[in-house]
Amino acid sequence: MAPQHQLAFEKPIYEIEERLDALKESTVDHEDESIREELRSLRRQRIDLTREIYGKLEPWETVEVARHPDRPRTSDYLKLAFEEFVELHGDRAYGDDRALRVGFAKIGGNKVLVAGLEKGRTLDERTACNFGCAHPEGYRKALAKMKLAAKYGLPVVTLIDTPGAYPGVGAEERGQASIIAECIYEMSRLRTPVVCVVIGEGGSGGALAVGVGDKIAILQYAYYSVISPEGCAGILWKSHAFKQQAAKALRFTSSDLKSFGVVDDVIEEPLGGAHRDHHQAANLVKQYLARSIREIGSRPIDDVLSDRYEKFRRIGVFVEDGQMIAGGEARQA
Amino acid sequence: MASTNTDSRAWLSSPAAVKKGVPEGLWKLCEGCNQTIFWKEAAKRQNVCPECDHHWYVSAPDRIAQILDEGTFEEWFDDLEPADPLGFADKRSYADRVKAEQRRTGMRDAAIVGSGMIRARRVAFAVTDSAFIMGSMGSVVGEKLARTVERAMELNLPLIIVSGSGGGARMHEGILSLMQMAKVSAALARYDEAGGLFISVLTNPTMGGVAASFASLGDLVFAEPRALIGFAGPRVIKAAIRIELPPGFQTSEFFLEHGFVDRIVHRRDLKTEIARAIDYCGK
Repeated sequence: MAPQHQLAFEKPIYEIEERLDALKESTVDHEDESIREELRSLRRQRIDLTREIYGKLEPWETVEVARHPDRPRTSDYLKLAFEEFVELHGDRAYGDDRALRVGFAKIGGNKVLVAGLEKGRTLDERTACNFGCAHPEGYRKALAKMKLAAKYGLPVVTLIDTPGAYPGVGAEERGQASIIAECIYEMSRLRTPVVCVVIGEGGSGGALAVGVGDKIAILQYAYYSVISPEGCAGILWKSHAFKQQAAKALRFTSSDLKSFGVVDDVIEEPLGGAHRDHHQAANLVKQYLARSIREIGSRPIDDVLSDRYEKFRRIGVFVEDGQMIAGGEARQA
Repeated sequence: MASTNTDSRAWLSSPAAVKKGVPEGLWKLCEGCNQTIFWKEAAKRQNVCPECDHHWYVSAPDRIAQILDEGTFEEWFDDLEPADPLGFADKRSYADRVKAEQRRTGMRDAAIVGSGMIRARRVAFAVTDSAFIMGSMGSVVGEKLARTVERAMELNLPLIIVSGSGGGARMHEGILSLMQMAKVSAALARYDEAGGLFISVLTNPTMGGVAASFASLGDLVFAEPRALIGFAGPRVIKAAIRIELPPGFQTSEFFLEHGFVDRIVHRRDLKTEIARAIDYCGK
């Protein structure tokens, strides 16, 4: 059955799916060889077409996939990729922010501390977690529990899916800028392995606040940007209508991020995007996390910390003495 | 992150705004008290309005002259210039924008860094100029600040960063700009472990990714009076929550009241206050 939320560029896929459904329903005799052949052919067409469409997504279309209402959320990964999740709520200062879910968890037999930005799916859920926009108390809670994890040698896993940190009066009063800065600062020296995965939207400082680690991965159709395409279009083109152009100009798709050295790995999604198969998406993320935690955990923590420092230290492209420097070449020389 | 800061309270964030409608050089309209001020009177007071004490824009070179002892500044890493890693263009290309800003301001990018003396105490000193692409942080600003932090650590110097940035992370360099927040913050974390003293001075405006990284990470955080400070720009917040913002919202005084600023320091006292803090911390 075709989903309720359809993306315009996916229309040809839904049309084939409708034909498939209609054929299945109208046919009594599934033994009929000609009908079975037609079903097979339609299924093949669906796969080919999905592969073709998803093989050449425009950056703006990637944003639409990353924001798809059926896309697996942090809460879905907590259920499907992790064997156990023991939620911890207290920031010890103000309140519990539902936009950031934090707790002990097990993944592939590894005990970890997970912090994930949560957008929610139903209207009630989405309202309760401010559509994935965390407040200072959320970041404060995540930071406190990450420090707890470091104290007891638990690796930290973060799942990133947010349009951005909440822009509001209360958020400013409670120090949104200050707590984001502190999270970035403390994560850079957290004495335990840290693996971060951008699962949907990586919205600017609100994403980076839980995005400093030893391995940064991104799902194939997720994006990670300094500003939303709409925000960028509003400022530079003076109109949100230019969001497609802004999406292209910002170079924030997974392959761009990999080429800039901003992410270490791109996790391939199920054919046609994670929203088509939550279980497979969760399984791919689980394998990646379990493998990365084992890898990083097998190394001396001082080496891990020094590599973490160098990884971020190298990011940037500039001209020095008339020479183009990218990825910290000057530092190595 | 690149917050919009074209709000009416973004006083004098660019030299172009100052000149509008006023005979150049002689008189300026003060956006604090709306009076026309004889420019030389304000200049004598380090660009502070003689009528209302409003703190006007100060360029990076002027800031160095105001805070450091005369003739002691030695610039570091001055040959870094922006590249155009994304090949970014909106209505205009980033490469052209950079060239125009360089011509207009005489700077290569928004930060000047180096070392100098403050009342005979040697310090590492960095300043960002809100006039260069809104004082936003791209790869050059991030790299210069990270190197300055590292050198301050090597030389065991106190570190002073005076921030002026309406733009936060520079969107023309995309994700690379966002990552400069992590790069500079990570350098500051190492400096902190080594026992370094970092004094962050917030000036009008300090927003977005600059506020959400190094500017908030001082052992001590000072702010000039009535500077606009915050994470999200006032226009972004207004659009998101659709209510009028309370008076005085996102000013230095607002953040002092909420516990995020240690002291509000008048510009004429900045040099003395920094020197005194260095003495208290035994540096």
